[in-house]
Amino acid sequence: MAATSQVFMVIHGRRFGRILVPAMTCQNCSQSPRPCINATQPHSFKQRWQHQVRGYRTSPAWHSYYLTPPQVNSILKANEYNFKVPEFDGKNLCSVMGFDSNQLPANAPIEDRRSAATCLQTRGMLYGVFDGHAGCACAQALSERLFYYIAVSLLPHETLMDLENAVENGRPLHPILQWHKHPNDYFSKEASRLYFSSLRTYWQELLDLSVPGEQPDVAEALVSAFKRLDNDVSLEAQVGDPNAFLHYWVLRVAFSGATACVAHIDGNELHVANTGDGRAVLGVQEPDGSFSALTLTNDHNAQNESEVKRVRSEHPLSEAKTVVKQDRLLGLLMPFRAFGDVKFKWSIELQRRVLESGPDQLHENEHAKFIPPNYHTPPYLTAEPEVTRHRLRPQDRFLVLGSDGLWETLHRQEVVRIVGEHLTGVHQQQPVSVGGYKVTLGQMQGLLQERKARISSTFEDQNAATHLIRYAVGSNEFGMVDHERLSKMLSLPEELARMYRDDITIIIVQFNPHVIGGP
Amino acid sequence: VYLYSPAILWQKETEHNLKTAFKTAVCLWMILLKCKFCRVLGVSCNVIKPKDVARLHPLVNIHDLVGALHLPGDSVVSPPDVNHALAVASAAHGVQIYEHTSVNHVVVKKGHVTAVETDRGSIECEYFVNCAGQWAYELGQSGEVKVSVPLHGCEHFYLLTKPLSEPVQNDSPVLIDMDGRIYTRAWHGGILSGGFEKNPKPIFTEGRNQLEIQNMQEDWDHFEPMLSALLRRMPGLESCEIQQLVNCPESFTPDMRCLMGETPGIYGYFVLAGMNSSGLSFAGGAGKYLAEWITYGYPSASVWPLDIKRFGNLQSSRTFLRHRVMEVMPLLYELKVPRWDFQTGRQLRTSPLYDRLDMQGARWMEKHGFERAKYFIPAGKDLLALDQSKTFYKPDWFDIVGAEVKCCKEAVCVIDMSSFTKFELTSAGDQALQLLQRLCANDLDVPVGHIVHTGMLNQRGGYENDCSVVRLSKNSFFIISPTDQQVHCWSWIKKHMPSDPQLHLEDVSWKYTALNLIGPRAMDVLSELSYVSMTPEHFPSLFCKEMSVGYANGIRVMSMTHTGEPGFMLYIPIEYALHVYNEVMSVGQKYGIRNAGYYALRSLRIEKFFAFWGQDLDSFTTPLECGREFRVKFDKDTDFLGRDALLRQRVEGVSRRFVMLVLEDHDTELDVWPWWGEPIYRNGELIGVTTSSAYSYTLQRHVCLGFLSPTNTDGSPATVTADFINRGDYEVDIAGQRFPAKAKLYPFSSLFAQQKRRKDDMELSNFQSK
Repeated sequence: MAATSQVFMVIHGRRFGRILVPAMTCQNCSQSPRPCINATQPHSFKQRWQHQVRGYRTSPAWHSYYLTPPQVNSILKANEYNFKVPEFDGKNLCSVMGFDSNQLPANAPIEDRRSAATCLQTRGMLYGVFDGHAGCACAQALSERLFYYIAVSLLPHETLMDLENAVENGRPLHPILQWHKHPNDYFSKEASRLYFSSLRTYWQELLDLSVPGEQPDVAEALVSAFKRLDNDVSLEAQVGDPNAFLHYWVLRVAFSGATACVAHIDGNELHVANTGDGRAVLGVQEPDGSFSALTLTNDHNAQNESEVKRVRSEHPLSEAKTVVKQDRLLGLLMPFRAFGDVKFKWSIELQRRVLESGPDQLHENEHAKFIPPNYHTPPYLTAEPEVTRHRLRPQDRFLVLGSDGLWETLHRQEVVRIVGEHLTGVHQQQPVSVGGYKVTLGQMQGLLQERKARISSTFEDQNAATHLIRYAVGSNEFGMVDHERLSKMLSLPEELARMYRDDITIIIVQFNPHVIGGP
Repeated sequence: VYLYSPAILWQKETEHNLKTAFKTAVCLWMILLKCKFCRVLGVSCNVIKPKDVARLHPLVNIHDLVGALHLPGDSVVSPPDVNHALAVASAAHGVQIYEHTSVNHVVVKKGHVTAVETDRGSIECEYFVNCAGQWAYELGQSGEVKVSVPLHGCEHFYLLTKPLSEPVQNDSPVLIDMDGRIYTRAWHGGILSGGFEKNPKPIFTEGRNQLEIQNMQEDWDHFEPMLSALLRRMPGLESCEIQQLVNCPESFTPDMRCLMGETPGIYGYFVLAGMNSSGLSFAGGAGKYLAEWITYGYPSASVWPLDIKRFGNLQSSRTFLRHRVMEVMPLLYELKVPRWDFQTGRQLRTSPLYDRLDMQGARWMEKHGFERAKYFIPAGKDLLALDQSKTFYKPDWFDIVGAEVKCCKEAVCVIDMSSFTKFELTSAGDQALQLLQRLCANDLDVPVGHIVHTGMLNQRGGYENDCSVVRLSKNSFFIISPTDQQVHCWSWIKKHMPSDPQLHLEDVSWKYTALNLIGPRAMDVLSELSYVSMTPEHFPSLFCKEMSVGYANGIRVMSMTHTGEPGFMLYIPIEYALHVYNEVMSVGQKYGIRNAGYYALRSLRIEKFFAFWGQDLDSFTTPLECGREFRVKFDKDTDFLGRDALLRQRVEGVSRRFVMLVLEDHDTELDVWPWWGEPIYRNGELIGVTTSSAYSYTLQRHVCLGFLSPTNTDGSPATVTADFINRGDYEVDIAGQRFPAKAKLYPFSSLFAQQKRRKDDMELSNFQSK
């Protein structure tokens, strides 16, 4: 047998493509539209894959395609980003020390997005991981817009008033967010005015609803911001825009979809709002120094029974069999909650009307025209998040936000162990001690050299997220990073990569034990 | 120091007698160098083959060995047993030992130790020895008068194993594998093995309670390289069981040498600490010298390299010590290359011209915390890699220094010599002159403006300091001493200074930037800048004038260069330093001026047979032994320190003599260079050791300076005469290879001629100054 099948853990057919419908478009969103390689009939996936696998096995060129360790590193580190909360006089009074983030594409282009920002007019920091499907448009829009919606929802009445007055009178605005962006994380310029006017409408409504002197509740604010943004995405697509490009863009945002997993940290208060199958896991250090995982989110997919129950309960009994089929919503969509995806939200009439009035490009698009089977009682999908509140304890060391590309390759317990050991340094946290045991010098040497090898791979990565990706992609059956495997996984041709792995996006937030231990 | 220890410890019933050091291929000839060193000291040693190693110590893997150094006379002792033996022996002589008693501080009154305050009361004393090891620094800082004991602790690990199935014999040799950075010896049928790692862990930087040393943590991950080295050297130990990994901090000093002697400024306060992990092997010798020091006022051999006065307060920063010991500790098991500069704790004291010189390619060395330029890398040349300078052969700076020397000889060079120690001694009456006449061997009662080279001698006639003294005015003197004399010379003068409020000594080292203009065109540069003729007729040698240079007035210009070459030293108040330097460089351009460094100076000095205090001269060398009789005021009736000893020596003759050896048949390109410490053979017999050496670009030969100390057939010192020296055939042993050499007592331009010229100058200047 070819060595490749041993080396690769092929992600099951079930896994590739979280939506079994042709993707709408897939392009580097603000550039000229280009049909994506995935834009084929759903049923041909398997065939195509097998064909291509056979194709590359016989290609001798591929066999010699090994990456050197520096090449591997440059691929892994291309998107890494790190932010340290600035210190004053050697002290950091923030509950967050900083964060590491990174992403590794499998789709071309990547459909995952990430965001991190500090709220400037309220306290707290925001982190979000967005996993797009059927294109990256929706995830891209979320990465630009969602934090503004959250930040605005968190503003007290007085600040909202100042904001509105400033806009009204053409005065400069105090910035609301300070973004922590990697150079590859871009914002679209064309849509910003449209986004801003929607946002302004939102805060004007908030201004009407809020009571002076009252502090918004974080959990409510998160829910409200999520729902409002999804609503705005939907509305903008229905209304359209005189500018043909923008019109097409808002439709792409609405017809593609994305999950969102967002954390808000203010002092000891941690809130996680989750829509879809992204996950937030807390790394807790036990008294013995080891790390255990505390999951703060529930996956919204077929594996979550209560979620299946919820979806079924929202539709007539006659649809019980069709609404969740083959572990997918309507037999098509893996996440049971998502932004965008108006195909699962709008009535058939609305979808037809919008498509007919839309720009010409849309008519050639298979995905847009496709109506899900057994589509009787929309909406089938919601963007409403599940919010978890957690009061940080001194033993809570870090928070890992990841797209499902991470969680399906590594168990959360393993994730927390790898990150924990990376952040604390292996040797510090578990010193070797002979105690009363019989240990020979040879045994001790073997143990120490193994530990050293582990540390050296730790030192290779300054960034904990990069370190985690290295394990997620390259670990062998013993849980150690295998360079050969890593090299093969990373040198997969663009069109094959998605068969073996998903986009991976990770944000690791490190807490400041000196602050969260306090009152 | 090391020599005495085995002898003393022998009496304490010690057991072992073998020590073997291992070296793999690259370092083999280093063994030879060491071996030669031992022979000079009189320690029995020999280089043995790997086969013999296996015979002496069957556990050793000899496959990668080329040879080993075997010291049959070495020994091993157990520290607790030695301590116990010493305690019992001294108690028998009336010594009282207080255990579980902590010293709070040492009481000092009027600069003398008077008592020690402990938690159980006070103990009156005349002498106090701070040998508190790790805590010597803190103890030094605890008193009202602070004593600087520059040392810092590092964690040190050693492994104890359980007995082997075939127990290791107690008499099996101690192994030192420098490449593996480990040492090993037998321990209760098993092995004791430790090492000096590349990445030491400094500890107690903030100062700690003494009790914490009891529960230091083992760190196996840190010990891994040493464990691997041990198993590589002794693979048979793999199945041996671990007993314990011991973490036992050791203290280290900024230069890898221990600290001993009386502290500057406090009489009766002695220190013996910072043993750099070789406390036990040095204990016997160090104890002997310290005891002599306390009893007679000085030890019976020169211990300047260990004298605590080589350091001052400036080496007492905890950050400095922490960083420096991290560099020092790994060096213990590394090849020590000549002219190696420490890389940590640098750029502490710098001249105001530092940046300017650095931009022009200066490469720096450090002395007493002061940065000095070694040489200047010409523009356009690639920077030299640090590692390339690590050689015993011809170094990469050879041509660069050659060009600088050539410029000194033919045009003019400027060397920043600000690091030199500078004192000013002034008095209302003639107290300053009186003091200097007593301290200095040479006559200081010279006309104002004269410079006198003189030694400051001790009672035995040995050099405590070698300096240049300028008579600035009738009652004020400017004393220029070597850089590392800052603490020692200060305390020497203070010790002999009467407490007279009208006599004032000031350290002005920091106030002046010193520029040395060397070369035949120096006078042209200076006269252009001052509109004063600087020719020897108008500005004779060894003369000092305050004059203007450029816009700056009040610059002390001295006609000496510390090299025997023509030129001037400029002592410039620091605020004028940049101005004067800029002026000198721009005016000097047409005379071909360039920067030069200390290596050029050194080459010039050594080829002129100039001895340097601290390298060639020490407190056991007299002016008669180094041909400096002409710098002693024998013809005057003035009494001075060391006069009696010198008069006696003049009658009896000297038993050692400083000579200059010019190497022949030495290939500069291919042969190992002499650096210092090479044995000198006369007619095939060991007769002395070199103290410094340099390549003379003028002679195109290597010049070594060193002492010859012949012995009679019965082993007693023999008298050296000029005839004895001239009649011998000499060889210098460089790394096992002997090179023929010509011995000379005087430099090529005769000293007598110089003396004569100086006499003439003096008469001339007498005429001028009044």
